[in-house]
Amino acid sequence: MSGHSTWPEWVYVGVVIALLCYVGAEAWNIERIIEHVPEDAEIIKVTGQQWIWTFEHEDGTKEIGELHVEKGKAYKFEITSKDVIHSFNIHDYVVLLDAVPGRVNTVWFSPTDVGEFDIQCREYCGLIHYNMRGTLIVEDKGA
Amino acid sequence: MVLELQKPRPIWQIMFSTHHTDVGLLYLITSLAFMFMGGALALLLRVELFSPGVQIIADSMTYNRIFTVHGTTLIFLFILPSASAFGNYLVPIMVRFKDMAYPKLNAVAFWMIPPAGALIWLGFADFTWYAYPTYSVISAPGPAADMWIFGLKILGVSSILGSINFVVTIMKCKHPDLPLSKMPLLAWAYLTSSLITLVAVPTFAAALLMLLTDRLGASGFFNPAMGGDPIAYQHLFWFTFHPEVYILVIPAIGFMYEIFPRFSRKPIFSHSSGVAAFTLLTIVGFASWAHHMYATGMSFTEKTVFMVGTLAAVPASAMHTFNFLATMWGGRIKFATPIMWAVGGIALFFSAGAGGVVNSAMPLDFITHDSYWVVGHFHLFVMGTILFGTVGFVYYFFPYVTGRMYSEVLGKVHFILSFVGTVLVFFTQHILGLFGMPRRIYDYPPIPEWVQMNIIISIGAFIIGIGMAIFLVNLIWSSAKGKPADMDDPFGLGGKYYFPYQAKNPSH
Repeated sequence: MSGHSTWPEWVYVGVVIALLCYVGAEAWNIERIIEHVPEDAEIIKVTGQQWIWTFEHEDGTKEIGELHVEKGKAYKFEITSKDVIHSFNIHDYVVLLDAVPGRVNTVWFSPTDVGEFDIQCREYCGLIHYNMRGTLIVEDKGA
Repeated sequence: MVLELQKPRPIWQIMFSTHHTDVGLLYLITSLAFMFMGGALALLLRVELFSPGVQIIADSMTYNRIFTVHGTTLIFLFILPSASAFGNYLVPIMVRFKDMAYPKLNAVAFWMIPPAGALIWLGFADFTWYAYPTYSVISAPGPAADMWIFGLKILGVSSILGSINFVVTIMKCKHPDLPLSKMPLLAWAYLTSSLITLVAVPTFAAALLMLLTDRLGASGFFNPAMGGDPIAYQHLFWFTFHPEVYILVIPAIGFMYEIFPRFSRKPIFSHSSGVAAFTLLTIVGFASWAHHMYATGMSFTEKTVFMVGTLAAVPASAMHTFNFLATMWGGRIKFATPIMWAVGGIALFFSAGAGGVVNSAMPLDFITHDSYWVVGHFHLFVMGTILFGTVGFVYYFFPYVTGRMYSEVLGKVHFILSFVGTVLVFFTQHILGLFGMPRRIYDYPPIPEWVQMNIIISIGAFIIGIGMAIFLVNLIWSSAKGKPADMDDPFGLGGKYYFPYQAKNPSH
C-alpha cells in the first residue's frame, strides 16, 4: 500500500456489512410472520380488469369498485386479472400484490379501523390507470 | 486532445471519421442533445402534476407517452451514449493505444443511435420504459409500440458492439508495460461495465424479439391466453436491467475517480479498493434482479434469495464512497465546478443507496413498490449520481474538447440550482410514496398531502430546469466565446497530480 493505513476502510466495511445483516435478518423474520395466513380467514376473490376492480365474497355476493368488510375479521384476497397486469393496493393496510392474468396471487389482511380507505391500482395498465380506484369500507357489525 | 473549434474542420469530416476522439465527440453531442430533450419532457410532466385536474396535457394517453419517452430517452439515449463518449476519448489514451481496437465498428455502433432515437421519438410509445406484457402485447397501440421495440433492439446491438470494442481495446491493445492492476480506475470502469453489458443485454434482446412476435400474434410467450406467462418477461427484462443499473452507474463512479484526486491534489486513497469494488459489483450485480418483482406473487424463498443478493451489492458501493471521502481527506481541495458536482453526486449516491436498502427489505418493499418512493429512489441514482458525475465530467472535459474555459460562475450556479432542485424533487417523492401515491398516474385525487408534495416537487423540477437552461447557454456561449484555456493546466491545479491526458493520438 502507498504508506497509509487501511484499517479504517476495513472497520467501515465491517460496520456496513453488520448493518446489512441486521436489516436482512429482521426483514426475513417479519416477512415470515406476516405471510402466515390465519386459519379462519374469509376468502375474497379480487379481479382486476381495465379499469375496474370486482370483488366476490365467499357467500357469492359480488361488488364492483367497493368492498365491504368487517372490522376485526381476517380476509384472504385471491387476486387475478382478466386482461393486463394490475396491482391491487390498499395503501393504509399495506396490502399490495399484482393481479396477473393466468395466475392467482394471495395476500391477507385484517382491518382494525372502521371507515373508508382507498383502493388503487399500482401497476401501469393503460389509459385510465390513474383512475382505477375503489373504496374499502370497514364496518363494525358487532357494535 | 482535439480542439474542434480552434481548428475547424468541415462537419462531414467529423461525421464520417472513425478516429476515437471524433466518434467520442459525436457521442457527446448526441447524448447531451437527448439529455435536454428528455429533461424538457420531465418538465411537461411536472407541470401536469402541479395540482389535481387537467393542466396542460389534454389526455392521459399523451401523458403516458411522454413519461415513456422521457425514461427511454434519458436511459438509452443520454446516459449510455454519454458514457461511451468519454470512453472513446479516454480508454485508448489510458491504455496507450493509437485508437479503439475496431475503429469502424466503433463508428457503426455510434451511427445506430440516431435511427434508434428517431424510431423512439417518432413512435412515442405509451407502455412505460419496461413494456410489461400483457399490456404491451394485447393493449398498447401500434405502430408506436413496434417502433419502440425496433428502436430498443438497435440500441441493444449498438451497446453490445461498443462493449466488445472496449473489452478488446483494454484486454488486447493495452501497452505491454502497463499491467491491468496499474490501469486508471476509469478504464477499469469501462472494462467492468462492458463485461456486464455483454452478459446482460442479449437476454433483453431475446425478450424484445419474443415481445414483437407476441404482438404480431405469431407466438404466445408472454400471453396467458395462448399459454404463455407474463412474469417470464419480467424475469428476462430485469435480468438485463438490474445489471444495467451498474452499467450506467459504474462509468459515473469512474468519472468521480478522475475528478477527486485531481482537484484534491492527492492520489486516490486506494486504487486496489476501487478495482475490488468494481469487480465485486460486476459479479453480485447479477444476483439481485428479481427484487423488482416481489409484488408479482413470488414465494417467500425467492424473495429471501433476491433480498440477500441485493444487500450483497451494497458494500461495494460503500467502498467507493469511502474511497472518495478518504481521497479528499487532508487534500488541498480546489472547489472548481467539476468537484462540486462530484461531491454532490456522492452525497446523493449515499442517500439513494440508503433508500435502496429499504426497498430491498421484503416487508418494506410492499409499502414502497410502484409508488413515488421508487421514482424518487431510482432518480437519485440516475440523476443524483449518474447525471451529476457526468455533468461534472463534461465541465472537466470542456477545455480539452473546445480549447476554451466554461464560465465558472455559471457552472457553480448550475450546480447549486441542480442540487437544491434534486433534493426538493426526489427526497419529497420518497415521502410522497410513503403516503401512497402510485407512479405513472396522469391525475390524482385532491388528497391534501399529495397536493402539497406535488407542488414542492414541481417547483424543484422548475429549479432544475432553470439550471439546465443555464448549462445550455454556458456550453454554447463558452465554446464560441469563452476565454482560451491554458491547455497544460486549465484548472490551475499545478503539480504532478494534474494528469490531463496530454498524449494526443494522431488523426488517421
